[in-house]
Amino acid sequence: MLKQIEGSRAVAEAVALCRPEVICAYPISPQTHIVEALGEMVKDGALQDCEYLNVESEFAAMSVAIGASAAGARSYTATASQGLLFMAEAVFNAAGLGLPIVMTVANRAIGAPINIWNDHSDSLSMRDCGWLQLFAENNQEALDLHILAFRLAEELSLPIMVCMDGFILTHAYERVDMPTQAQVDAYLPPYEPRQVLDPAEPVSIGAMVGPEAFMEVRYLAHAKQMEALKLIPQYAAEFRKVFGRDSGGLLHTYRTEDADTVIVAMGSVLGTIKDTVDELRAAGQRIGVLGITCFRPFPIAAVAAALKQCKRFVVLEKSLAVGLGGILAVNVRMAVTGMGLKGYTVIAGLGGRAITQKSLHALFLKAATDELDLVTFLDLDWRVVNRQIEREKAHRRTGPVAEALLRDVGVVGVRNY
Amino acid sequence: MFQVRIHGRGGQGVVTAAEMLSIAAFEEGRHAQAFPSFGSERTGAPVVAFCRLADKEIRLREPIMEPDALIIQDPTLLYQVDVFAGLKPDGYILINTSKTFAELGLSDFVASHLPERLCTVSATELALRHVGRPVPNVPLLGGFAAVSGIIRLESVIKAIRVKFSGKVADGNIAAATEAYKIVRNMMESAHA
Repeated sequence: MLKQIEGSRAVAEAVALCRPEVICAYPISPQTHIVEALGEMVKDGALQDCEYLNVESEFAAMSVAIGASAAGARSYTATASQGLLFMAEAVFNAAGLGLPIVMTVANRAIGAPINIWNDHSDSLSMRDCGWLQLFAENNQEALDLHILAFRLAEELSLPIMVCMDGFILTHAYERVDMPTQAQVDAYLPPYEPRQVLDPAEPVSIGAMVGPEAFMEVRYLAHAKQMEALKLIPQYAAEFRKVFGRDSGGLLHTYRTEDADTVIVAMGSVLGTIKDTVDELRAAGQRIGVLGITCFRPFPIAAVAAALKQCKRFVVLEKSLAVGLGGILAVNVRMAVTGMGLKGYTVIAGLGGRAITQKSLHALFLKAATDELDLVTFLDLDWRVVNRQIEREKAHRRTGPVAEALLRDVGVVGVRNY
Repeated sequence: MFQVRIHGRGGQGVVTAAEMLSIAAFEEGRHAQAFPSFGSERTGAPVVAFCRLADKEIRLREPIMEPDALIIQDPTLLYQVDVFAGLKPDGYILINTSKTFAELGLSDFVASHLPERLCTVSATELALRHVGRPVPNVPLLGGFAAVSGIIRLESVIKAIRVKFSGKVADGNIAAATEAYKIVRNMMESAHA
């Protein structure tokens, strides 16, 4: 059924259709609308056989999800930014214990300086924690990926983060096709745990493991996650059969046939990139797009195959590995090792900086003639940066950087728009 | 694609207005994308929301920097925020005020714009009368339907029914309908 609703609402309705049995919630922008909507559904009876727990922190949220999942309940939570960091220890444990929790991450920057706006720093900081990470391009994909995620998580017995751009998707009203309960039931079987706490057959979960077997346990976690690379395309094909549309998958290419230049990115910025690529294609540029849906496990072979024909790739990412450059870019470079491609990294949209078609147009033209630096910060205000650098050269005690820059740009809590 | 930017203050229903405009367009079978400016909104602080309307899927995710239409819910913003930034020369402007553009000191600015696309309506008064609260967002959508012809009044009314129920819905429908009629009459008398 077609609906014009907020992204958060769409995700909440999709999660409800997956028949979760335990939802634990702690509010943090921009994720809050999702768990609020689920709370309402449990309260008014629209979502039955589900325990909804308000917890006192994100650490508690993930701890409750771990306990519930270990007891055999289909478990869901959502978070963002500092919330994800605060639950970090439990996040690693959920993966290490092999518990198939599904969590929405409404991607948001990490402080300091405190910033509530979108980038991918939060989930990418957890890239090695053992969770799968799937990135949604629009709200339709965000809701679809949750349905797929429960099935995949429970088949592998591994937790999955479904990542959607905070505000840009979570707070956007757009058209979505909401599946029926019958469709979701046809696609997602009831949860059959691979391990469960059962008084009739007692086991302990979470043993201490010493040097004699720790490496092996970790290897098996890696091998298990890599299995998803086979399952995800298979599940995407089945998704198409049941729901009649393409969603999920490891990655998506757009106009890459005969492309000399391929732009690689994740999340909602792919829409703006595709519009820009259409413009450039119309002007005769041979340019295409590679959208990565599955960031963990990283689809090395599929990325290499998608970039095989091109001469250069540009990884445009909403994250920064301080002291190195890109995060997604490093993963892509690993995939194309030995292929002789030129590769560029573009850091864009940090902390909610708008990524505009105009800036992308100019950037992609420069890339096509190999005029880009290896690492570019899109639309960086060099005037502001250089003024601070000069200040720091002139004085030792220059004070906090964030406050100094706010004074320089004349922002006192409001922007023009 | 038609792009609308709505300016107002926290508490005036700016974000809701953009959402309702997108619902109205959806009711007409079109694609629409509404989103807020994602600030740290507080009551009274300047707020912006955006709505794109199109006949095909909308992929663009940048803020609306060159709007086809502006709805200004609070005229005091004219002296605080560059609300007209990027407005297309043939764009629409709808301001919530009982004053004229000249009385607002905008004669010089609007001289280069198409006069039939400029409009003011006292939406706060209409809201107070019909809804009992000074929230001008919904009557302005009625006025916008009239001045722009981009969206039908019936679709706005459907969107009101989606967002509100009972007396609040009825009051808002009355306010939007009256705003629509006022603007139609103004346009007809101006171009008669």
